Amino acid sequence: MDDTPVIELNNITKIFGNRPDVALELLKQGCTKDEVQEKTDQVVGLKDVSLSVKKGEIFVVMGLSGSGKSTLIRHVNRLIDPTSGSIKVNSQDILGMDLEALRQFRRHDVAMVFQNFGLLPHRNVLDNVAYGLEIRGDEKTARHEIAHEWIERVGLSGYENSRPHQLSGGQQQRVGLARALAMDTSVLLMDEAFSALDPLIRSGMQEQLLELQNSLHKTILFITHDFDEAIRIGDRIAVLKDGEVVQTGRPEDIILKPANDYVLDFVRDVNRARVIRVGAILDKSQMKPCDVSVPRLTTCEDVLPLFARHEWVGVLDDGGARIGGVSAKQVIAALARHSEAVS
Amino acid sequence: MFPEIFETRPVRFWIDDGLEWVVRNWGDAFEDAAYPLLYLLNTIQKFLLSVPWWVIIIFFAGAAFAATRRWALPTIVVISLLLVGVMELWDDAIKTMALMITATLTTIVFSLPLGIAMSRSKLLQRLVTPILDLMQTLPSFVYLIPVVMIFGPGKIPALIATIIYAAPPLVRLTDLGIRQVNFEILEAAQAFGATPRQKLVGIQIPLALPTILAGVNQTTMMALAMVVIASMIGAGGLGYQVLQGIGRLEVSRGLFAGLGIVALAIIFDRITQAFGKRLQQKIGLSEKR
Ligand SMILES: Nc1ncnc2c1ncn2[C@@H]1O[C@H](COP(=O)(O)OP(=O)(O)OP(=O)(O)O)[C@@H](O)[C@H]1O
Ligand SMILES: [Mg+2]
Repeated sequence: MDDTPVIELNNITKIFGNRPDVALELLKQGCTKDEVQEKTDQVVGLKDVSLSVKKGEIFVVMGLSGSGKSTLIRHVNRLIDPTSGSIKVNSQDILGMDLEALRQFRRHDVAMVFQNFGLLPHRNVLDNVAYGLEIRGDEKTARHEIAHEWIERVGLSGYENSRPHQLSGGQQQRVGLARALAMDTSVLLMDEAFSALDPLIRSGMQEQLLELQNSLHKTILFITHDFDEAIRIGDRIAVLKDGEVVQTGRPEDIILKPANDYVLDFVRDVNRARVIRVGAILDKSQMKPCDVSVPRLTTCEDVLPLFARHEWVGVLDDGGARIGGVSAKQVIAALARHSEAVS
Repeated sequence: MFPEIFETRPVRFWIDDGLEWVVRNWGDAFEDAAYPLLYLLNTIQKFLLSVPWWVIIIFFAGAAFAATRRWALPTIVVISLLLVGVMELWDDAIKTMALMITATLTTIVFSLPLGIAMSRSKLLQRLVTPILDLMQTLPSFVYLIPVVMIFGPGKIPALIATIIYAAPPLVRLTDLGIRQVNFEILEAAQAFGATPRQKLVGIQIPLALPTILAGVNQTTMMALAMVVIASMIGAGGLGYQVLQGIGRLEVSRGLFAGLGIVALAIIFDRITQAFGKRLQQKIGLSEKR
């Protein structure tokens, strides 16, 4: 992962309705989403949203239903135009594109996976996976070859000739995923891609996505309303409320320091031991020699047993160099569900 | 009595004179313009009459089997057609069939593009819908008279009247079928960079096809319903037999010809419906696999 921003949203505001200027003015005066809706009948979809997704990162946007997640992700490939603000993808200003340039951008630079799959019911799996390539004008043999490859990688071999309605939900979403991956774009947009699936199948899909990402290194913007999903797959998370970003940070940051009660509500039910890594809570001054050391990405759950025999556990960076240590006390303090973090 | 607000008689004279003027000056031009229609009808009719009867029966039985993959419908088809033959109505039935097929084909050629255009433009939809309402509710005799005046009695006015009567459901159902296509599927296509044309041809039309086929089914049924009226202005066929039966008070003749029309209706209705259902299952829009 490097720090090059791939998706940049700057001060995006989206008003649904026929008088956006009036609503915009009210927002500037400090009115809330509900007040604007009451006064003008305009719906605030997004309010001054800025975020930047780095190359190779899985960036998760999380929020309750109606918080504007779908609206946000649809701005990235301009399925929705913002009322104000600017959007750059791969340093291209996508708001300045004409229709043809926009189509080319959608065909080569971004692919999307949808909550309700959006598969073509009249086509078999093979032609569904090849759909984006077909739209782009690839030859039949070439696109079928690529489609076969991705069908195999997502584990659907043998289903090439099935229709979407003959598949289970999980299988259908694998088709959706393969269709997006077949485009070989650097950016992948996933709008609640796994939300329609059973918990067990969902966690299987999450695993598969992480596995694929290990070799693909795409820039992924992932939408979910499920905090567990967010912390499981997200390198960074933005929490959305009523169209506003209320907190952005790494999963641990958000769990350890929720910005307000809204975020705290999500954080409360999380199994902290599995999420918080020792690197986030280590004591940098603690450098005296000790018997065991663990990498900084080790979870609290995994270091806890070590404290049965050791008072201190050393923490190593990615290169194996000692960067500090943690004590049982620190780990317990991080795991405790205190709310003093909310200030 | 409703009070007379203004005199309408001049308006009526004006309409009548106008029509007469059109007939006198434009009658031949209209007839020339409608010639391809007549040519199509005659070709189809000649072809169907030249084919041996058993070939036609085998063809329809085969189509029925292809549509249902069962033996029930083909059996019904064979029995109905044999019955038509036995009642000495074969040639008349073929003439009626030719009229119906020509009217349906022509209707499809005009209605599909119109329905598609309507589905893409709210304005056009608002303009065309009242015209369709008018076409469907206006008693057919009202437009039959001017049409006969322009073309003279014969097959052309019969065809045109049939088309006017049978086109609205197909236009409506084409429009509806395309509008009904799931928004999420279209959004996905859009996200992959599909052009409006790619969306129309690759997604909207295929997914609207079952609905469009239902429209074709209705069009054929309405065209059949028109045959008796069409026969009054010289279309011939089964309708003419019904008319003669009424004229000569020969109940049997009218009854037999009526049964012939019912037989044709059953055949075309069941076969097109079965094809529609098959298509729907294939697309996965219906529950059964
Ligand atoms: N086309 C539209 N016209 C008017 N209002 C809209 C439109 N699309 C979305 N909204 C409104 O914008 C807000 C955000 O909607 P959005 O669909 O982005 O939420 P979401 O976070 O994706 O919710 P969910 O989890 O239910 O999918 C909602 O208040 C919604 O009513
Ligand atoms: Mg949504």
